[in-house]
Amino acid sequence: MSGVALDPKTAPVFPMAARTALADTQMRKNVRHATDVIQAKRARVVAEMPDWQQLREAGKQIRQHTMEHLDFYLEQFEENCTRAGGVVHWARDAEEARKIVTALVKASGSDEVIKIKSMTTEEIHLNDALEAAGIHAYETDLAELIIQLGEDQPSHIVVPALHKNRQQIREIFQRKMNLPELGETPQDLADAARMFLREKFLRIKTGVSGANFLIAETGGVCIVESEGNGRMCLTLPETLITIAGIDKVVPRFQDLEVLLQLLPRSATGERMNPYNSIWTGVKPGDGPQTFHVVLMDNARTDILADKEGRQTLNCIRCGACQNACPVYRQTGGQAYGSVYAGPIGAILTPQLQQMHHAQSLPFASSLCGACYEVCPVKINIPEVLIHLRAKVVNQNTAGITGLFDFEAAAMTAMAMIFKSERRFRAAQRLGRMAETPLVRKDGQGVGWISWLPGMLGGWTQVRDLQEMPKETFRDWWERRGKNGN
Amino acid sequence: MRVSLFITCYNDTLFPETGKSVVKVLERLGHSVEFPAGQTCCGQMHYNTGYQFEAMPLVQRFVDQFRGAEAVVVPSSSCVAMMKDHYPKMAASLKDEKLRADVDALLPRVYEFSEFLTRGLGLVDVGAYYPHRVTYHASCHGLRNLELGDGPLRLLKAVRGIDLVPLEGLEQCCGFGGTFAIKNAEVSSAMLSEKTTAVLNTGAEACTACDNSCLMHIQGALHRQKTGVKTVHLAEILAGDEGTTR
Repeated sequence: MSGVALDPKTAPVFPMAARTALADTQMRKNVRHATDVIQAKRARVVAEMPDWQQLREAGKQIRQHTMEHLDFYLEQFEENCTRAGGVVHWARDAEEARKIVTALVKASGSDEVIKIKSMTTEEIHLNDALEAAGIHAYETDLAELIIQLGEDQPSHIVVPALHKNRQQIREIFQRKMNLPELGETPQDLADAARMFLREKFLRIKTGVSGANFLIAETGGVCIVESEGNGRMCLTLPETLITIAGIDKVVPRFQDLEVLLQLLPRSATGERMNPYNSIWTGVKPGDGPQTFHVVLMDNARTDILADKEGRQTLNCIRCGACQNACPVYRQTGGQAYGSVYAGPIGAILTPQLQQMHHAQSLPFASSLCGACYEVCPVKINIPEVLIHLRAKVVNQNTAGITGLFDFEAAAMTAMAMIFKSERRFRAAQRLGRMAETPLVRKDGQGVGWISWLPGMLGGWTQVRDLQEMPKETFRDWWERRGKNGN
Repeated sequence: MRVSLFITCYNDTLFPETGKSVVKVLERLGHSVEFPAGQTCCGQMHYNTGYQFEAMPLVQRFVDQFRGAEAVVVPSSSCVAMMKDHYPKMAASLKDEKLRADVDALLPRVYEFSEFLTRGLGLVDVGAYYPHRVTYHASCHGLRNLELGDGPLRLLKAVRGIDLVPLEGLEQCCGFGGTFAIKNAEVSSAMLSEKTTAVLNTGAEACTACDNSCLMHIQGALHRQKTGVKTVHLAEILAGDEGTTR
């Protein structure tokens, strides 16, 4: 996957990509280890909070309220940000956002930028666009730096390089930073990254950031992080360009009280982020003197218009659902073909990228509900998955081609059967007859099926299926009634 | 109490022993049992796969079959979760006020089997005897949607003769997920492999759960690997008595 941008428009369908991922045992080991560690930490710090469930509910209410009045709060943000000396730009889609940012960087007079980790910029492939315009972007988040130097793609919202282990990271640093003697302790790797980045921080005069929250009431922008690299990018450059999805707005400064308890605990199992930066406009002689915010829609208003899909926008990008998801834990993030992986990616990507570009993602879940259980703002991900599945089915069964959809035909037939007890009984009998040629008796005389045809063959790759019993429950019940016992 | 059974299409067709065991336990506890013959399916498979239109008539069918029931007992946590989570919304989307009211009135009387025993009847000891080493897998829908908690485990602990051994990662999905096991067969298999490894590590003779769909999945791999370990629905363990030879 290295070097090729994760793009749902060109990515293979999930089951195919998952097959490749499952074969990468080292990657799976790394993902398993990392998610185990984060989950255990999260469980510990969540257990410390006696009011965690109330906090989740408060978080949900704040996000829901914001989405219901998003137009109002966005305008309020624009007004307050402008008053503080910021310049607000509106981008309808990814292309417009890329153009605006590229033009702003050029106007700053720099052909290099330092960047803070930002999923929004990953979403729109900003680095490629900048590169095409002759501007080189340096990622300064440690994990993003590893991804960039390794010509790889992020596999997790919060921990983008979680699929790499220390030896792999060391190898990338040795090669790309030209450090053949590099040691292998975490300290050695951190020192190497620090040396590499410090020169960029001090030299480059334009910074690009994302945002965790936009505060409507004050016009402030908030970023939380663990390394301090973000704060360097926010304070050292002369020009700062922030790009954020319009879903990142929160109404009041006070709302951060709730969200900044929920986010770090859910994301990395920290009680509080080591660095919480909030900047509001510009101040003479202090920090960047030119500050731009690009507010990007990129299909978010379409999601907002869908009553059942809307809750997807409540996401505060903590990644807890990824760590908890048994599917993600097997495949890692890149199988999802999008920078948003795991359960949240399975619902966000299809909606951001139009349904027909992401047909398989809503089905990449066993609906076990572990994601909903850990979501700090209570997004009912299984519910949205089912909603999106229905949309896919509606698309697939529309028109003439829909008549030839095998699954739809089978489902319609099953539905007809369940509409009548008589037909259901007939189907039960028919099922016993149909399976007969496939049944083989084992040593105990019990019949098993080890091979099924067509689509159903997925089942018998690793599993047997016991033959149907000779008598159904309802037949037994009737017989029992007749015998009077 | 007069208990109405919803045995589910899956149990009726593939796992009749589960239904028989439910009858045995409830009658042993002194309740009378009825099985409305017109029942078929809760609609879970259709609904979860995206065929919501096809699932809609089954809501009306369920209400018609069980409208007058004192209590409806279902030996499948995922089917009960389907009803509790989706029936009200489905009835509302049909804009059928009467159906909506019927669903709202009926759902509080619908119980998953172990839930009926622990919460409905307030029982832990149902007089069962089952002299085998058993481990328990917490099915996702029972665990998260119905919040069964340790109810099933408390029932199992009260069984005489049982050697109950804990399952590592008991809250992890087995990877079945209905059509997920077909559409994403490889990922499903990888999840299943972790589950069966955990089951084998316990040294148990049998793995139990409140849902035959998980058990069919787990059993499929245990049999393919020729492990000799069986799966058995919780109801069958609770139905065990001194005469049980299984």
